[in-house]
Amino acid sequence: MKNQFNSALQNESIDRSSKQKKFCRFKKSGIKYIDYKDPSFLKQFINDQGKILPRRITGTSSKFQKKVAQAVKRARHLALLPFTTDTN
Amino acid sequence: MNKNYETVFIINPVLSEKQVEDTVNKYTDVLNSNKVKLICNESLGFKELAYPISNKNSGFFHLFQYETEKIDLVSKLETELKRDRSILRYLTVSLCKDALEYNARRAKGEFKKKKEK
Repeated sequence: MKNQFNSALQNESIDRSSKQKKFCRFKKSGIKYIDYKDPSFLKQFINDQGKILPRRITGTSSKFQKKVAQAVKRARHLALLPFTTDTN
Repeated sequence: MNKNYETVFIINPVLSEKQVEDTVNKYTDVLNSNKVKLICNESLGFKELAYPISNKNSGFFHLFQYETEKIDLVSKLETELKRDRSILRYLTVSLCKDALEYNARRAKGEFKKKKEK
């Protein structure tokens, strides 16, 4: 009995090798400058509400996350991207 | 040292094509009168806005790229843009090395196919 309980409570080991590691797409493809005039590209970095996606989701490196954020904010000023989208 | 700048502005969609041209010419004159090296003078076309600006839902986008050594030129141009009622929005950005490279490639039309997915 004791053994059964123990086995049920034990954490199962997670197979991490099957999970792909995230990578920074800018570093990988060698993009140096992010254009704020290109909303279709920047749309990959915002969610449905128009918020900038965090690094932990997109996998962007710190250096380029700053540039993405800057570009999105500039695009918002020029009304190429929304500040918010009404979900109602 | 010369610095590179880029200005994008949105022109009122109510204007006719000729009036749009005139407003653009007005600003090219401002730049030319200050002996500026105009690198790019390009219309980005008629676009829908993501949110309304002064009750307008669309506008004509126009792009200037220029090189100058005068620091006060940008503020001069921006005051002109600010006073103009037919300009909905403007944005001036100073360009870094990578941006210049990118713009040069963009001018050749290298990115047009790639990014329109």
